[in-house]
Amino acid sequence: MSGHDHEHDHEHDHDHDHEPGVHGAPLTDTQLRVRALESLLVDKGLVDPKALDALIDTYETKVGPRNGARVVAKAWVDPAYKQRLLADSTEAIAELGYIGRQGEDMVVLENTPKVHNMVVCTLCSCYPWPVLGLPPVWYKSAPYRARAVIDPRGVLREFGVSLGDDVEVRVWDSTAELRYLVLPERPAGTDGLSEDELAALVTRDAMIGVAKVPGPRG
Amino acid sequence: MNGVHDMGGMHGMGPVDAEPNEPVFHHDWEKRVLAIALATGFLKRWNIDMGRYTIEQMAPAEYLRATYYEKWLYRTERLLVERGLLTKDELASGRPNGRPPAVRALPPADVQTALRGRRAARMDDRLKAPTFKAGDRVRARNFHPSHHTRLPRYARGKVGVIDRDHGVFILPDEHATSGTKVPSHCYAVRFEGRELWGPDAGPRDAIYIDLFDEYLEPA
Repeated sequence: MSGHDHEHDHEHDHDHDHEPGVHGAPLTDTQLRVRALESLLVDKGLVDPKALDALIDTYETKVGPRNGARVVAKAWVDPAYKQRLLADSTEAIAELGYIGRQGEDMVVLENTPKVHNMVVCTLCSCYPWPVLGLPPVWYKSAPYRARAVIDPRGVLREFGVSLGDDVEVRVWDSTAELRYLVLPERPAGTDGLSEDELAALVTRDAMIGVAKVPGPRG
Repeated sequence: MNGVHDMGGMHGMGPVDAEPNEPVFHHDWEKRVLAIALATGFLKRWNIDMGRYTIEQMAPAEYLRATYYEKWLYRTERLLVERGLLTKDELASGRPNGRPPAVRALPPADVQTALRGRRAARMDDRLKAPTFKAGDRVRARNFHPSHHTRLPRYARGKVGVIDRDHGVFILPDEHATSGTKVPSHCYAVRFEGRELWGPDAGPRDAIYIDLFDEYLEPA
């Protein structure tokens, strides 16, 4: 599909040696347009460039899927926390300090051997920023948004997850302001691991519900 | 609106192409667009539903071609002009012209407070009694408004069961146009795969969609 290929070219070419604007290569139209807009907004006093830097730094270095992994690991080792997490997800996640934009109202979905939850936003790209950071390109892409609801098992197979016929698949389409986080199953062979070691195993994709958490040896 | 953004169930989009070890951003300009969009959003001249509705109004071919941050750039430029914070001439020339609008830019010291606000679309539950309760059978209304709505096409006319009542939230439809905050109960509604997609759907697949009172009728 041409639309898909085009997005692929745009989003996946991050070999910075060849990025326009680096090492004297000419700027693309988009780069020029963004620079012009920022400079205009600064000149008019509508944005402060230092505030822009602080916003970028937040999502580039501070807020990301390691936050969600801490929530999951804590739920795995602390039954009382898990109970709070499932009963009032927003407050239990806030206990760990993860609050705010695009996570104001959270719902945690527990995966079990019989129920597999996965999350999509078919209408745009809603995603729980405080616990997972900014969404990956595939989550925002037309193929995922189109197919997750009509062919969830096919999408899961592409991510390497094959579910038995006895497993129920629940797809959650984030059409309102609730944001969903999947609590994946704790992998076998992790009984002796600490909370930190468990958190290190938890992947972003498992918290979206398109992967399982791999065991300690993959 | 029946736009190309309403993608649930479409065919022909190709496989899901997940990039291993994907970076947070692929280009420096994407970072600036994210930050500009957030910082200008905090000027409170539009709300999130207006932002979504703006992107939905992109020409369909352009919507499909554009990356996420290209859509954000389109939305931000368009809303800045529509709300009178920039003029079209300023945007075209890149040069300020005339008096700056009387707004206060988000100061760097306020960034964390702004991002960590805990109230967005949720309203006081006392503002509206629920129409439905968990276990009720409901039919998603068959309507096709030309403006913003969050009832996806693939659910319209279909029967589901209320899974849970999330409480009272701002109804996005009115909020996207007039900015009026109409309180409405938002429910997770469970639809069986076969109700939505017919006999080819998996017998143990279900789709949960967050839907408002105004989108539902008893079934």
